[in-house]
Amino acid sequence: MAGPAGRILKGGTPIENLIELLRSALELYVERWDWFLNLLLVHMGLAASAIGIAGTLGLLLGVLIAEHPRYAGAVMGVTNVFYTVPAISLLGILIPFLGIGNKTAVAALTVYALMPMVRNTYAGLTAIDSDIVEAARGMGSTRAQILFRVKLPLALGVILAGLRNMVVMSISVCSVASFIGAGGLGVAIYRGITTYKPAMTFAGSLLIALLALACDFLLGRVERHYKKKWRLTI
Amino acid sequence: MEELAIRFDHVSKRYGETPVLDDLCLDVRKGTFLTIIGRSGCGKTTALKLVNGLLTPDGGAVYVDGADVAASDPIALRRRVGYAIQGVGLFPHMTVAKNIAYVPSLSRRWDRETGARRVGELLETVGLEPEMAGRYPGELSGGQRQRVGIARALAGEPDILLMDEPFGAVDGITRRDLQDQLQALWRRLGLTVVFVTHDIREALRLGSLVLVMEAGRIAQLAPPEELCAHPAGGFVRRLLSDR
Repeated sequence: MAGPAGRILKGGTPIENLIELLRSALELYVERWDWFLNLLLVHMGLAASAIGIAGTLGLLLGVLIAEHPRYAGAVMGVTNVFYTVPAISLLGILIPFLGIGNKTAVAALTVYALMPMVRNTYAGLTAIDSDIVEAARGMGSTRAQILFRVKLPLALGVILAGLRNMVVMSISVCSVASFIGAGGLGVAIYRGITTYKPAMTFAGSLLIALLALACDFLLGRVERHYKKKWRLTI
Repeated sequence: MEELAIRFDHVSKRYGETPVLDDLCLDVRKGTFLTIIGRSGCGKTTALKLVNGLLTPDGGAVYVDGADVAASDPIALRRRVGYAIQGVGLFPHMTVAKNIAYVPSLSRRWDRETGARRVGELLETVGLEPEMAGRYPGELSGGQRQRVGIARALAGEPDILLMDEPFGAVDGITRRDLQDQLQALWRRLGLTVVFVTHDIREALRLGSLVLVMEAGRIAQLAPPEELCAHPAGGFVRRLLSDR
């Protein structure tokens, strides 16, 4: 095998192997930083598109079924089914309809990300003490005022927890998108696998993990801020 | 007719098959402190919620200030009628000041300055320190929360105040205190109060008129002294013996 990044791991203790892998990955970053940066940006773009669409749509659907519970069963059922379909087969199913590439990847990720968002929005809104809602109604709030001034603020903790969950998941699932010709860090992982360069796979995975951790940390801060500000207990 | 704040005209209400109110007729004159007492499930809370349109009658009609509730705009009606409930229903994510200013804020009636001033006045009215304004409900004692609940119900300057066991969750001494203060408010502001309770002592102590309900019907409607002197029937007698 040629090049330092192609070193095949054999012999040595697991710790030594891991350090070797990390070293090779760092070498790869230095050698091909522009390529990795590009993959990272595309990855972020794909994940952000899906997160944006699924976040908005999921929030709207969650609010809709919390306000009109008769639709809750159907909507939750459908999003649940989407969620249980393995990501890779969902991509395969979408190819005949949308072709290959980024568009299909975003569509699949969106479908996938919808469930945690809908579920948490619904759960957060329906868990609110009914006395509080009744008081708001009895004091002459309109339906929109109850939703925006009472219900959504009180459900925000649960909704943000769902968003955080969904963001981390989307960033990691996005790596599968390269299997259908989309960009992103999955390209590095895929190339590592097909050319038998574990360091390349590792380098791609490490960036995805770091990206996910960074987003989780940031959203965690946002969540804590609002929970503290609005004295939310859940 | 002009003297009437609230009128129940042959009102009936059932939940599914179970009748809760059975042909209820009741006139509440302006300035009355009406206490409604009865066992749980006797229809007292239902009667209260019919007044601000949280529930609609299955038969008959309820009139507030001469207007049929069913034909009125429920949002406007509820902003005119004060409402305080058991467990208070304070908004945990809002400060005391925001809670109190809630009803005026719905129709943007107070600007920032008026709001701060009125919140201060209302806190004083219900016997709380002005420093309480910035606190959150979770940081208050049970009695303080009830007081904030009353201040919030008064913020829209209502003529009618509906209260559903508002002192249900406080200790005896605090309760006495709150009762005294509410009665003083009633006298001072000339309010019409409808106060639901399951405590006969509270009903007799506060009411200028006491309505005893039994299974969706009126067991007796009388001023407290008359109720004690001439209880109508076994149920009222038994209730009085609980004192």
